[in-house]
Amino acid sequence: MKVSDRRPPTTDQPLAMRSNPFSGLIPVLRKEAIHIRRDPMALFFTVFIPMLQLFMIGFAINTNVRDIPTAVYDGAQTQESRRLIDRFVNSDDFEVVKYVMSDDQLNREIISGRARVGVKIPPDYSRRLLAGQTASYLVLVDGSESSVAGEALNVANAIALRESLERSLSVTAIRQTLPVEARPKVLFNPDSRSANFLIPGMIAVLMQMMTVLLTAIAIVRERERGTLEQLYMTPIKPLGLMIGKIVPYAVVAYTEIALLLFFMRWAFDVPINGNLFLLILLVTPFIMTMLGFGLLISTRARTYQEATQAAFGTMMPSIFLSGYIFPIDTMPVFFQWISRIIPTTYLIEIFRGIILRGAELQDLWKQGLILTVMSIIMITVSALRFRKKTG
Amino acid sequence: MPAITTQDLTVRFGNFTAVDQVTISVEPGEIFGFLGPNGSGKTTLIKALIGLLTPAEGKGSVLGFDCVKEADQIRQRVGYMSQKFSLYEDLTVMENINFYAGVYGLRGDYLRRRKDDAIALTHLEPYLHRRAGKLSGGWKQRLALACAFIHEPRLMFLDEPTAGIDPVARRDLWDLLFELSGQGVTFFVTTHYMDEAERCGRVGYIYLSELIAYGTPEELKEISDVSPAGTRRIEIDTRRTSNALAAMKRKPYVHNATIFGQSIHLLMGDQVSLDQVKTDLASDGFADAEIRPIMPSLEDVFVTLTNSLKE
Repeated sequence: MKVSDRRPPTTDQPLAMRSNPFSGLIPVLRKEAIHIRRDPMALFFTVFIPMLQLFMIGFAINTNVRDIPTAVYDGAQTQESRRLIDRFVNSDDFEVVKYVMSDDQLNREIISGRARVGVKIPPDYSRRLLAGQTASYLVLVDGSESSVAGEALNVANAIALRESLERSLSVTAIRQTLPVEARPKVLFNPDSRSANFLIPGMIAVLMQMMTVLLTAIAIVRERERGTLEQLYMTPIKPLGLMIGKIVPYAVVAYTEIALLLFFMRWAFDVPINGNLFLLILLVTPFIMTMLGFGLLISTRARTYQEATQAAFGTMMPSIFLSGYIFPIDTMPVFFQWISRIIPTTYLIEIFRGIILRGAELQDLWKQGLILTVMSIIMITVSALRFRKKTG
Repeated sequence: MPAITTQDLTVRFGNFTAVDQVTISVEPGEIFGFLGPNGSGKTTLIKALIGLLTPAEGKGSVLGFDCVKEADQIRQRVGYMSQKFSLYEDLTVMENINFYAGVYGLRGDYLRRRKDDAIALTHLEPYLHRRAGKLSGGWKQRLALACAFIHEPRLMFLDEPTAGIDPVARRDLWDLLFELSGQGVTFFVTTHYMDEAERCGRVGYIYLSELIAYGTPEELKEISDVSPAGTRRIEIDTRRTSNALAAMKRKPYVHNATIFGQSIHLLMGDQVSLDQVKTDLASDGFADAEIRPIMPSLEDVFVTLTNSLKE
């Protein structure tokens, strides 16, 4: 059991990385890649769970209001009242589910939730109309679902307005068409599909969850096992350790984003109108920010559970304040400020810009710049904290 | 040049002094045993020596390098193996060794030679492709040693290397240490086992952050606090150990009595003869008691020193 008869000079061994600030990067990177390979279940879940969420949410959520269940009480039972009801029946927004014969029944339908909207045409509707007076009809709207209520009010008003105009014009004038008509055209998302609006944002949120969690856990796992302590005793430098840990997970993150975009395009039929390479380019500072944030969590969290909780805790603001679901423009100013410091806000703007509007770098350089600055700050802060801990 | 020297090395965490003015010197090729209760500052001193903690006062040098300014040089040249099995369980034995070889920047022929040496030394050959997590405690410890030794360090810090492994594996590990020490490798070993401490060239005992004993085991046994002039140390073997202990503690000539395994260790005034002690024991109903004079063990030393500090 000889140790080595040909002992190299002890003070000048062939040491490649004596005062290299990235010392240890390559071995850490290789080791981390083995960890990922060795745990196919973990890899499967980190890749699969976001995809599952994409499918669940993508198919389930539809914020477009269509076919609002509507109950009708036609008290007039005249040609004019039926024409009005037809307008409701023929609109995409309403679906007449029940005809009732009294105010009570109309109320019951709404209270029970069977109908969201009740239309009541009073008995004197035709008489007042023919007498040249204002004929009114009552629209009851269930306010417990605000998006439905808003849509119902708008459309009910529009129906009344159109009916009024057509009636007054056809009585007095020669022309058969309305003098002015708005021809709205919804750009970039012609059918106003929720999927087009939601999925790009959802991918941003899923990316955040995945990257933060992966990196936070990668370091905390070493701390829990005691291997981090061992690494501190070696010539590994904090930067080498950090980057060696980040890069493999960045690769996983890019793979994930490619998969999510693939399913967005082919399963949900959301077209990518802009440049895919620009998209990948602008995703990079976001991924770096999130990986840095994961590292920051790992410098504080002692255990796996703590890291997971911290990662999920910081998800909430990103979901609600990033414009993913609720528009930022309608938030109180204070929350608008907060949304401006959430990186996901910018990634969602970039995603929607490129995917839906076909925006180019000249339109999105600001978001890209902000994310780049954020990533530099985040990685620097976590590296400094990391250095403090390692000494 | 000593492998390790410290001069009044003091490490503080806020108001708490974890290591208080410790001065030691460890010669090359020596096995230095560092003992003390948990939390007394053993690991803290190692961290300070490797440059992970900055001393508040005093200074230290390892292999001739300053612990604060030249920590990089030190970390490149020392090995560290900790009390916990801290290798990557999902990596194979070979992958663990490769990782540490990479961390220390070994390359080419030298890398191959070092790997062969480390494997030969630890006899890990049959397990190279087994996951580290599947090894038994003793083999894990050998792997940890192979990893800590891969870069041919001239000095190794072993932080309770034998905690939780079986006696045979413990003996094997110590045989390895002696072999390496014979080749000039210096060891700084923390341990709770007195038999291990007895095997060390020199021993330090740290208690409440202070180094209260330091020297060869023989020197420590002759410390006057441990064996004061006019006293002798005897061992009493009897079946009813605890009863006999209570009886002997009442005798005016007994300074100190403690149970050691199946027997009692007694520190007593040497004006009383051994025959007198035997007679006293017989009259207390311990006719079967056997008495012989003994040298203090290291455990006696540390217990006595600790007790005298507590008082």
